[in-house]
Amino acid sequence: MEGVFYMAAAVAVISTALVIVQMNVVHALLYLILSLLSAAVIFVTLGAPFVAALEVIIYAGAIMILFVFVIMMLNLGTQSAGMERQWMRAGMWAGPAVLALLLLADVIYMLAVSPRVSGYAAKAAGPREVGIALFGPYLIGVELASVLLLAGLVGSFHLGRSVRQRLPEEGEAGGGEGD
Amino acid sequence: MGKTVPETIRHLIIVFGVLAVMMSIAAGLIWVERRLLGFWQDRYGPNRVGPFGILQPLADMIKVFAKEDWVPPFADRPVFILAPAIIVVTVLLAFAVVPFAPSISVADLNVGLLYFLALSSLGVYSVALGGWASDNKYALIGALRASAQMISYEVFMGLSLMGVVMLAGSFNLRAIVEAQRRLWFVVPQFFGFVIFLIAGVAETHRLPFDLPEAESELVAGFHSEYSGMKFGLFFVGEYLGITLISALIATFFFGGWLGPLLPPAVWFFIKTFFFIGVFILLRATLPRPRYDQLIRLGWKVMLPLALANLVVTGGIILAAG
Repeated sequence: MEGVFYMAAAVAVISTALVIVQMNVVHALLYLILSLLSAAVIFVTLGAPFVAALEVIIYAGAIMILFVFVIMMLNLGTQSAGMERQWMRAGMWAGPAVLALLLLADVIYMLAVSPRVSGYAAKAAGPREVGIALFGPYLIGVELASVLLLAGLVGSFHLGRSVRQRLPEEGEAGGGEGD
Repeated sequence: MGKTVPETIRHLIIVFGVLAVMMSIAAGLIWVERRLLGFWQDRYGPNRVGPFGILQPLADMIKVFAKEDWVPPFADRPVFILAPAIIVVTVLLAFAVVPFAPSISVADLNVGLLYFLALSSLGVYSVALGGWASDNKYALIGALRASAQMISYEVFMGLSLMGVVMLAGSFNLRAIVEAQRRLWFVVPQFFGFVIFLIAGVAETHRLPFDLPEAESELVAGFHSEYSGMKFGLFFVGEYLGITLISALIATFFFGGWLGPLLPPAVWFFIKTFFFIGVFILLRATLPRPRYDQLIRLGWKVMLPLALANLVVTGGIILAAG
């Protein structure tokens, strides 16, 4: 399992790096999907198959396909790739690189200082364990997330509705007064 | 890891056996579908190659393999090549958790049902990316339709199965079949079955839900630019998808391998082929709805129905203790 973990981790790191440097937006998105899939494999090796399945269903399957959908509608061609190339000058890398290096130093320090603990769970956390945790100690988090989603739902419903109401008015007034 | 050699060999035989059987079923369906369509629409269908035209798939395969494998110069080459492979790979991977008989399944995952849902949600990329990479407006419209349709129908495809999960108390496909020893889940979960069947037709974008490739409006939809074996992969992927959904309907709602007298695997294949026949009958009889009707049906009828089914099932299980 350790070998699988390191392989998946390497794929995750490399594909995430490629997300940043890819000029073509759709190719970058494909690498992001790959990165999410490798994260799912990491979850499996750490004994969380349920979380891994949800990661693939929700992130790789649902959210990323919406990203692809939007990019497809915008139909960004070679122009946007050229623009990306312009933005990716060497100077752009200085700031993020310094900050990332600081974080890397933190991680290395913590790994060196902390006692060695095996990261592998004694037993796999199945759907039952995840469910008990979600509706036990983390109930408030679940409820807060559902409130946030409800707000998003109401917001998108409102946006979708206002357009539909305006259209027949414009047709009747023959030019739209504006509101 | 810790397995004896005969066990490993047995496992390998199952893996390659499932692969070979599925690929031959997908090829055979080319003939079965066209013959059945002919039968139901009062015409002959292919009957020239071999007895009853049974060698038609072979002739089709020779044709597909011999065709020029062409990538349009304006296409996004790597994505164009990748897209047809995704659908075949995801569907074949999903077959890994299907229990064909008590002792015949490739992997006995505890989250088997979620594994299937995960792979079917990844299958969308094949159509979406194939249409985008073709750089053709018909292909792009087909891909947009396909992704909107598949995202919508995926939502309640998952929800329709949760009733089954609640009754069986497990995501494991084998446990779900074992839980149906007394009563097939199609009886307590009739609405779940209907919703899953409709969602399954939409997921495999078969007629009447084949708007992504509606030839009267979109040439051939997302695969307009594909030819040769790449088109063949989309084709095989569709038949594999039908087989997968039929096998899963049999597993989730009709007791999988359970049945009297005949060996378990035979029962499983009888049930699976019955639902493949239903898929073909749907294609032979139903007209295509308009696209907005399709999406409206999904969100305004199927989703509330799936949620209501979930609430009622949960309530009854809770009341029964």
